[in-house]
Order: sequence, then structure tokens, then C-alpha cells
Amino acid sequence: MSSKTAYSVDATEPDNYYGYRRFKKGKFAFRRDEYFVHIDWPKGSHTLPADAFLRALQRDVAWNFFYGTVNFDSVFGTLNHYGTVDMFAGTFNDAYKSAGLDYLETYNAEDLMTTFKAILDDWTNAGYDPFAAPEETDQAYGRKHGDNRDAINRLRVTAKRMVGIPGDTPVRTDKTGYPVNRQFADVEQDVPEVQAEPGFEKEVAAFNLFAYLSRSDVTWNPSVCSVVKESLYCPTSEEFTLPVEHGNDRVEWFMQMSDEIVWVVKDKDTGRPRARVTCKPGDICAMPADIRHQGFSPKRSMLLVWENASNEIPKLINEGRAPVVPVKF
Amino acid sequence: MSDVKTVFGSLANYQKGGVAVIDDDPKNYVFSNVFEVADKSKPYERVAVGKNFQYVIECVRAEGDSPWYACAHDEFALVMDGKVEIRLVKPTDPLVPEDKSGAIKLAAAPKGKKMGRVVAGRGHMTLLPKGSAYQFHADAPSVVTIQTIAGDVTIERWSEICQTAE
Ligand SMILES: [Fe+2]
Repeated sequence: MSSKTAYSVDATEPDNYYGYRRFKKGKFAFRRDEYFVHIDWPKGSHTLPADAFLRALQRDVAWNFFYGTVNFDSVFGTLNHYGTVDMFAGTFNDAYKSAGLDYLETYNAEDLMTTFKAILDDWTNAGYDPFAAPEETDQAYGRKHGDNRDAINRLRVTAKRMVGIPGDTPVRTDKTGYPVNRQFADVEQDVPEVQAEPGFEKEVAAFNLFAYLSRSDVTWNPSVCSVVKESLYCPTSEEFTLPVEHGNDRVEWFMQMSDEIVWVVKDKDTGRPRARVTCKPGDICAMPADIRHQGFSPKRSMLLVWENASNEIPKLINEGRAPVVPVKF
Repeated sequence: MSDVKTVFGSLANYQKGGVAVIDDDPKNYVFSNVFEVADKSKPYERVAVGKNFQYVIECVRAEGDSPWYACAHDEFALVMDGKVEIRLVKPTDPLVPEDKSGAIKLAAAPKGKKMGRVVAGRGHMTLLPKGSAYQFHADAPSVVTIQTIAGDVTIERWSEICQTAE
């Protein structure tokens, strides 16, 4: 933990038996044992498998609470207001809500992030990588043993203009510590032929995006690769299950670039199932702004996540001034 | 040797997934496939396959020489199938007003300084830098998607390209 942190973390000493600290944030309390994470709040309690919790927490931390709602599962999660953030239990669950068991607290985003980072740091054991596909990592379970700070503190890549332009985010190579992933061993590593006339070296630029993604060492971590004003291409490599149910506060688009992902789509507020969307290479589709989605990728695949980062949009949609679908036809 | 098989699509070989509805309208997902769209497009029609307010992803069937285009903001071309040459020129005089969104089609090759060229294959992404003019060339039918803003050359025909029912 950084000593420069402006916000304090309410944590106990490590537990005598399990070795993990317990944490408190507002009236939420968090503890873990060998297999599970337990969350208590004034109106109830909830239990998740430790690996599922850590995978979701890792995304919430790496994405800085992302766009909209990050549901760790059908009960617990966060809702980003860009500056402040809600932590909730049962708020987007029909049964909890109608039983009056839902609970929500709002924090300064940095404040909650400080606690989330401390939990992630303490509860991630040596050898366990919450960013990795299950086949690529040790298990999350057991009593506290070591840590994995190199893995959990990876920075999310954000190109300013495009990956590979001189001075911008560099391409990935063996030498820079990004070998080709085992599941993309057959992906071509050729490079585009680029001939720039003198003086135009920064503008005549191209890179192999598929090779770049084949060398990604994380899953389900969209990273900005090209930027047209507020239009962000955030391609990512996906394997196994998206660790969260993402309830976006705006329309988001998916273009499947390789292999296949199945998306399970539910109503954003209630969690009622709405659709199942199967994406094969070349398929492109929108996720409306009133749903939550979770992806299942049987083989590691390449997905283009496309976002409009304009901070006007959530307000327009909330006030009914913009539709929840991108196109009417 | 690994026997892993990564599946990409192409004009010659693509399969579509789709929306299976539980309680919904498939049109909400604006679901299409870039290879199918390119398969059914004329060369260098710039068909929107994604739209988020003013921003679009255009899908292009690249075949032979394209017209020359110019644009006041950056665009990015991603080759999804085939091989595409991109020729870049810095026009002597600006061809597009600074605040104009989307690409415009030029009547002829612009006067200006050669910036260079890129030959991009499958998976390669090329910057189409703001304030430049560019032309695509493909010897064989290829597929390109362009990250840009909706403009004069953007074609929207959603009901023709998207899944409308189960
Ligand atoms: Fe999402």
C-alpha cells in the first residue's frame, strides 16, 4: 500500500488462522476464508467464491470502476458516477429490492478504490493471477500465502492516438515481456509494410492488432488502442467467463474478431433474462444501455470493445433524452 | 507443436451467430456481420455497421482502386480480410473544413506531397491521419473496417444488414 494514500483503510490485523485481514468500508464488512468471501451490510449478508470475487475486484480496480455498473454477481457491485461511486448489495436484484433488503453507500471514487486495492492486495495469494484464464494460473484458495503484486498492479494500456506510433503505447514483443499466448500460437506475427516519406514518420503508421492481441497476458481487460475524439477502440483477449456482469450506462459495441463468445443478457435493473447473443468472427452488435451482459469465451478470442467516452451520455440516457439503443430501423 | 486453431472470418468463409431472444427484440442489438456486409456491397461503399451517436464503424469492400478521400480528423482502417494498400498524400491546400465530421470523397487525386504508403494484411490497423488524403487499393476483394465519424460518404442501411427477427 502506498504511504502517500490520502484515504485510510479500515483493516484488522491478519486473522490468526486464515492469515487474511478483515476490511470495513462504511457499513459494509468484508472477510475471506480458504474458499469464500463474505460480505455483510446492515440488511444482509452475501457469500461468493474467493476466485470469482478476486477476478471481479481486479477488473473493477483496473478499470477504475469502468462505465456504469460492475456487478460482481447478481447481488454485489459498484455503480460509477465518475467522481463518486456507489457500492451496493441487492440494488439491482428484483428479489432483494422488493424485499427491502437492498443497501447502497456512495463514496468518493478514490476513497473506495483505496480500500478495494487493499483488499485485492491482501487476499491475492502467491501464484494466483486474477487477470489470467483459469488454466493459466494457480488457484486462489487456501490460507494466506504470499502475494502477487506484479500481477495485480498491471497498468491498463491507453493509447493516445494509436498503438505503435512513435511516442505512443508500444507494440508487444518477446523482448518486452509479451510472448504469444498459448491459445494464439497460430496467429500470424507479420507486420504491415510501412513506407513513410521523410517528415511523415509519425503520421504514416500501422501495426498488427491481431498479433498485439495474441500477446496480451490478461483476459477481459479492454485497453484503448486507437482514438477518434471520444470514440475509443478497446480491443481485448477473452477466455473463460467475463468476471462481472457489466451494466453499461451507455450503448457499447462488440465486434468479434476471432473465435466465439456467447453473451448472456439480462435486464440492467432487475436481472431478468432478456437474450442470448452468439458472436462469431466478423459479427458486430450493440449492447443496449438498459441491460447487463456477461460473456463466455470457450477458446481465447479477440474482441473489439467499442466505447463512446463522452461524459454527457449517461445523463442524456437517464433523463430519457437519448435512446437506450444506438439505431432505430 | 501446438494444435490450437484460431478462427478468423473471411469473405470466402464466414459464419454468423445471432440473437436468441428470451424477452427482447433482436433489433435492439443491431446485429450484422462485416464479411456478409462486404460480400453484398459494391466496392468502396462505406456502410455503417456500428453507430454510437456521431461515431461510426464503416465496413468497406476493398476491390481495385478506391476514390480519393480526405478527412479533418483521424480515422483508423483495420483490415479484416485480404491485403490492402493505403496511399497517403498531404494536400497542398486543406480540402476539408476543420470542423467537418467524416470523410469526403474527392473528385480526383489531390495536389500535394506524398506522405507514404502502407500495405496492410489481415489484422493490421493503419492510421488515416487528419488533414491527409488517402486512397485504398486491393488486387483481390478485401474487407476493411474504418473507425470514424458519420459523414457524407457514410451509408446507413440497417434494415438490410441487421437481424430483424429470430
Ligand atoms: Fe461491457
